[in-house]
Amino acid sequence: MAKAKTSAVHVEAFADHHVITPPNPLRGVLRAVDDKDRDDPIARAERALAGLSGEFDAWMASECERLRAAHAAILKDGFSKATRDELFRAAHDIKGDATTFGYPTASVAAESLCRIIEHAPQLDQVPAELIANHIKAILAIVREHAQIDKAGVEHELSRRLRAVADEYLAAVNHDRPEHLEAILSPGIAPAE
Amino acid sequence: MFRIDFNKLRFLVCDDNPHMRRILRTLLHSFGAREVYEAEDGATALEMYSHYAPDIVITDWVMPIFDGLELTQMIRQPEAKGNPFAPIIMLTGHSEKRRVTVARDAGVTEFLAKPISAKALYQRVLNVVANPRPFIKTKNYFGPDRRRTSAANAYIGPERRSGGDAETIHQPSLLDKARVAG
Repeated sequence: MAKAKTSAVHVEAFADHHVITPPNPLRGVLRAVDDKDRDDPIARAERALAGLSGEFDAWMASECERLRAAHAAILKDGFSKATRDELFRAAHDIKGDATTFGYPTASVAAESLCRIIEHAPQLDQVPAELIANHIKAILAIVREHAQIDKAGVEHELSRRLRAVADEYLAAVNHDRPEHLEAILSPGIAPAE
Repeated sequence: MFRIDFNKLRFLVCDDNPHMRRILRTLLHSFGAREVYEAEDGATALEMYSHYAPDIVITDWVMPIFDGLELTQMIRQPEAKGNPFAPIIMLTGHSEKRRVTVARDAGVTEFLAKPISAKALYQRVLNVVANPRPFIKTKNYFGPDRRRTSAANAYIGPERRSGGDAETIHQPSLLDKARVAG
């Protein structure tokens, strides 16, 4: 959509690589504005996001139902690529989205479940209750979230699940240094 | 002060989660974007990329069929018919440092870890608009120059890829150019 003046790709060749400067079609979309300009697109977007927030509880409920169904499929059919991938995608979406939807502790528990799925050498060897307890915790956190006095419980539940999962993953990956490094490394901070 | 005319930008959003697509659409429309196309998997996104020629791609990583990393690799084909240079913002729940490196090595322009915020998304878009990077093509990489900090640009030691002499090319950012012009 953004239109650039027609210009060629500029290529400089070096011994083992090329540096390519393509035409920049986005050149025209940046404009200087007066300091008196009060328009604040970020604030506008935050207000729009707040306007959506009335739907977040329903969205979170549907994410939980997807997680529950993915787990039920594994209990019924065992781990296959399809059932493993669906459980991971369901947990990974909750990890990424639950904080936005107002359930940050569900996000923490979902992250812990994702780490088990990613780093356990054999998923069918993972104690079934370790996975089941993560699912139950996420569902309980979302179900009980409206009760403010449960906030401390939610946090403690997520923290303990993560501790148990990390202990398990460290033990089963003691001879897999690339996984061990990933398990022990701190994650990157979410963007502002 | 600089502002992006979002109404001049065409976005392609690729995420298998309908809730996240709704959030992204809401944010982009609120910024002023009019053209926001949506795909729910990498294969559909690739078709839409060819058809709509978006200015900026925002993609999730974990998706069925093929994922955001594979989508990036398919877009970053120097011999492809389509535009291999479009900025790609990887918006993902992955939060491990090694994932940032993997995404960067696939040709991703910006990495944005969830949870999403209006400010972070705006800043990533601003960065790809105001600070376009040249592309590097080597035997096994094609994508934005991965050395983008001022410290990296000042590097004059042996080139990591070959062990030979380093050759650095300084690219003034569009923001800098606009400041000079203004």
